[in-house]
Amino acid sequence: MSVVSFNKEKIMQKSGEAAKVAPEKPVVSVVKPLSTTATAASPPAPKRWKGAATAKLVFEWLLPPVIGLLVFAAIWATVSALTQGLPGPVKTWQSAVELFSDPFYINNPNDMGIGWNILNSLKRVATGFVLAAIVGIPMGFVIGRYTFMSRMAAPIISLLKPVSPLAWLPIGLLVFKAANPAAIWVIFITAVWPMIINTAVGVSKVPQDYMNVAKVLNLSEWKIVTKILLPYVMPYMMTGVRLSIGAAWLVIVAAEMLTGGVGIGFWVWDEWNNLNVEHIIIAIFIVGIVGLLLEQLLVLVAKRYSYE
Amino acid sequence: MTTNVMQDRYVLIENVNMTFHTKKGSFQALKDINLNIREGEFISIIGHSGCGKSTVLNLIAGLLQPSEGYLFCAGREISKPGPERAVVFQNHSLLPWLTCFENVYLAVERVFGENEGPTQLAERTRAALELVGLSHAMEKRPNEISGGMKQRVGIARALAMEPKVLLLDEPFGALDALTRASLQDELMSIMARSGCTAVMVTHDVDEAVLLSDRIVMMTNGPAATIGEILEVDLPRPRKRLELVEDPSYTHLRSEVLKFLYERHAKKAA
Repeated sequence: MSVVSFNKEKIMQKSGEAAKVAPEKPVVSVVKPLSTTATAASPPAPKRWKGAATAKLVFEWLLPPVIGLLVFAAIWATVSALTQGLPGPVKTWQSAVELFSDPFYINNPNDMGIGWNILNSLKRVATGFVLAAIVGIPMGFVIGRYTFMSRMAAPIISLLKPVSPLAWLPIGLLVFKAANPAAIWVIFITAVWPMIINTAVGVSKVPQDYMNVAKVLNLSEWKIVTKILLPYVMPYMMTGVRLSIGAAWLVIVAAEMLTGGVGIGFWVWDEWNNLNVEHIIIAIFIVGIVGLLLEQLLVLVAKRYSYE
Repeated sequence: MTTNVMQDRYVLIENVNMTFHTKKGSFQALKDINLNIREGEFISIIGHSGCGKSTVLNLIAGLLQPSEGYLFCAGREISKPGPERAVVFQNHSLLPWLTCFENVYLAVERVFGENEGPTQLAERTRAALELVGLSHAMEKRPNEISGGMKQRVGIARALAMEPKVLLLDEPFGALDALTRASLQDELMSIMARSGCTAVMVTHDVDEAVLLSDRIVMMTNGPAATIGEILEVDLPRPRKRLELVEDPSYTHLRSEVLKFLYERHAKKAA
């Protein structure tokens, strides 16, 4: 902001001088750059304005996050210098470059590239997540639509929702007798609550006006669902979906640490056993970045399916 | 004989009481409501806010059930909403994710879908939107058009169902004075052509006198009832500008005003 106002003053001075020195110049061209837009300005002005706009953009949007990251790196470097065995940013970066130079190698089932680990984790999250959507969204609709069902489900949901999804892992292992389905089961449990609850809240919040329209037009239940409930609930559902995917991605690391196999969670545990601390730090960044991308992806999907 | 009785008592409200049970206790909104509406008649219900005039409309619509008493439409008891009683809502209540065309089509499809194909249904929808002068805005969504246009779509949706009774709940309340006047004129000519019965809730005295055959004036709640019924015997078609000078119009207008502000003045809340 300050950059712009500074430049504006400069131009004002300049054009003022121009008016004094060269009175034969048409007055309009002198006045215009002051009043409105860059395009209306006299020839030398646009360059300055464009530069100012870019400077403003850089100053307001690019600079703060860059400073933030630099401060973070500085703290990290300081702490690592004082702590034995904790690698600093430079060492971690070098290790990351080496790690990502060949992300998809397969030496043996217990030694696969980082890319495979990420993909395997994503596959588990996706499977559990899709299953949760298939179960959770219709359940949310039913609970939101019928008070009886809502009262029926309320005690179960309030009882089970606060339980850490990892507590369900032994049950999964017992029922499915395998690690992989048990991990998917944990993701399912994690993702299903936000989907049920947000969908149900959305359905129960459909304005009475719309339901009155449905009643007066005597719409069938199918039309009510497709023409009124679904479009209205979509934003709520997408919030549920976003919360679910965020939580699922949080939980997969812990679940895989317990179940083993190929996946980012077990990879972290494996690297701890190898005392390869650089890789653990890299894994933290990977988990963060992938989580961020998943969230952004769903924000895009949500925008696509919102009626506003 | 029977047909005459039917025509004179097309919509019949008999000894209706309405009590709402809320968490704070029960509240009697309406008491001893009795009203006959003739076929083709235009009735206005006027009263101060909170007097239960919208409740009367919702009872006729079938959105509410009376605590006591009965309501009939064309000789049949009103037990639930039906397409023969179309409602124009105060806040238009269009579905924001559907275009104007789709909003009207939804109603048309429900009423005529069993006997007619998609081409005929689309034709009905177009005709209804044309009637309210919105042929150019059919593919627009409600948030892309003005308040007056939204209310026109609401009217088109109701008329497209070819209802026996049109129920209007303060249809022009949220509009500016100029838009309101032009929509009132349009509604008058549409009603003259269709000949359907109408019940309109309003708080606008001029609107009530201009449009109605009879004005039902309600006392203040709680336990509101019908205070007086005023016959509006002005000849049709009525012209807004000519009426302003008309002494009988001025007289009717002052009758309503006297009822509202002398005999049943509402204490400032």
